[in-house]
This record gives sequence, C-alpha cells and structure tokens, in this order.
Amino acid sequence: MIAFASAPWPWYVAGPAIGLFVPVLLIFGNKLFGVSGSLRDICAIVLPARVEFFHYNWKRKGLWNLLFVAGILIGGFLVAQWAGVKNVAISDQTRLALTKLGIHDFSGLAPREIFTWPELLTVRGFVSIVLGGFLVGFGTAYAGGCTSGHAISGLADLQLPSLIAVIGFFAGGLISTYFILPLLF
Amino acid sequence: MSTATSPNQSASGPGKDQTWFGLPVYLFLGILFGAVLTKSEVLSWFRIQEMFRFQSPRMYEIIASAIVVAAASVALIKKFQLKTISGEPITIPPKSLGLGVRYAVGGTIFGLGWALTGACPGPLFALVGNGVTVMIAALASALAGAWLYGWLRPKLPH
Repeated sequence: MIAFASAPWPWYVAGPAIGLFVPVLLIFGNKLFGVSGSLRDICAIVLPARVEFFHYNWKRKGLWNLLFVAGILIGGFLVAQWAGVKNVAISDQTRLALTKLGIHDFSGLAPREIFTWPELLTVRGFVSIVLGGFLVGFGTAYAGGCTSGHAISGLADLQLPSLIAVIGFFAGGLISTYFILPLLF
Repeated sequence: MSTATSPNQSASGPGKDQTWFGLPVYLFLGILFGAVLTKSEVLSWFRIQEMFRFQSPRMYEIIASAIVVAAASVALIKKFQLKTISGEPITIPPKSLGLGVRYAVGGTIFGLGWALTGACPGPLFALVGNGVTVMIAALASALAGAWLYGWLRPKLPH
C-alpha cells in the first residue's frame, strides 16, 4: 500500500481511473466531464465586459466546474505533501533528446530550467509559460474543449467533432515539439 | 458516489436544487482528479514530451484506457437509460459540427500550447497545487486567451 502510494500509478490504474470520472459526473449531476469550461466561467465572473460569450448564468452552469478545478489544485497540493512526484522516469531516448535541447535538470514535474518565475523574463520561459498558456486558453475556448472534454468525454461518446479536435491537438503538439522547441533552446 | 444521495431530493423536484446540494461533491471529485493527474504523472512536461516524441507507450495507454472505460460507461448509461441520482434523465448534448473549423483550428492552437507548457488545463491547476507556482502565470495567460476568443468569436469561422 505504501509502495502503491509513493510510486507512480501504472497506466492500467491511471487510465481507467481518469475514464471513471465520465460516468461518475454524469450519474451524479448530469455533468459532462471537462475542465476548460472553467476558464470561460472565470472570464464571465471577472471580466464579462460586453462580450456576449461571457453573459450567461455561470452560477447555474459553471459553479460545479469551478469547484472541480479548485479541487484539482487542492488534490495536487495534498498529494505533493505526502506522496509527491520527485522524479519522472521518462525513457532514455526522451532524456537524450531533451539533453540535446539543453535540459539538464530532470528532477520534478517540469524542468526547473524553464518553469520558474525568473525564467518568465527569458525568451524560452516567456514562450513556454505565457505564450503556451495563452494558446491553451484561446485554443480550448475556440475548440470548445480540451483533453478531458474532447479526447475523453467526446471520443467516449463517439462524437466526430471531438475526433477532429483531437487530431488538431496532436498536430499542434507535434509542430511545437519538432519545430518550435528547437528554436527556443 | 451513490452514497451521497440526499433524501430531500425527490421532494424538491428533479434537478432543481441539484447544483446547490451537490457542490461539495464536485470539490471532492476535483480533489480526487487532482490526485489522479499527479500520481499518473500526466501533468508532467517530461511525460508530454515523451508522448509527442513517441518514445513511450505510457501516455497512449493511459489515454486509450481512459477512453475505453468512459466509452463503455456511456454506452451502458445509454443502453439502460440510466438516470442521475436525483432522477433526471442523463443527457449528453451532441456537439454541432458546423464547418468543423473551430475543432480543427482551435484544436491545433491548443495543441501548440499543450506542448509548450507541457500541460493541458486540468494539469495546469494540478501543477500549481504541486508547487510549480509559475503555472499561475500560465493560467492567467490562458484566461487572457479564452477572453480574447470570446471577444473575437463573432468574427471567427466556426
């Protein structure tokens, strides 16, 4: 049990555990599992301005999603206190490829050479964090969903729009990985 | 989760008070999801790089098994026309295809950001919890991106 708590979960535990959120949310409250809708909700609360997209009853439609993402943050925090991830055991090939890019510190969940506050002032830090975050927010709002909403919920419901979106996710990810990252480092 | 049923639900009519009585449960489910994202390591920039470089089956095994479990559950829910715990029929609204542009272009834009940050929206929140606090800046920027989409929406092809 202690080993299970401290080691990363094998894929056949992690994957089904993620998939189960779809029926649990549907059965509990008729909610479609998804995360990125919370970004729209926060915009609707903080700065709806005169943008029609942000004028809706977020208390009724989005409150559950806001609590869900608040929970995600708390869940990450709690796990980090007792059974956090110290090193991610990626494949040797990936380690080699990233070393060639200029990554030397493989501790933690994300490279400390990029994902720290001072790095925001560097080109690669700014592009990775600020531009990357911006594209995540714009893209998920435009596509109407992210990995959870489209790749899990949408594909599970055999929706063609979600399949198109997921193909887009990977197209974009491959472009960034092979063409943009090498320029940054 | 069925143990969380409230006895006064039927009295107040199906679904009416669902949002309020269920709210703490969504927080609790979110905590579980944050734990799953962490222990599965799918929130790691390193894992995302490994995935986009096709150097380990792990992320694909996780995503594929998640979809299989979710798809089987959805099929069963539809086949047996299951209801929510408060008695509402379960409905999954179909996404309208339209021109398909929003999915192809929006999806690609998200994908570009996914590989740069190494995180999709759920993991961004989980990373902040895990102490990668600079992801607060990524989330703030994601909000700016979502806001810009809302503003440009009438002019964009969907």
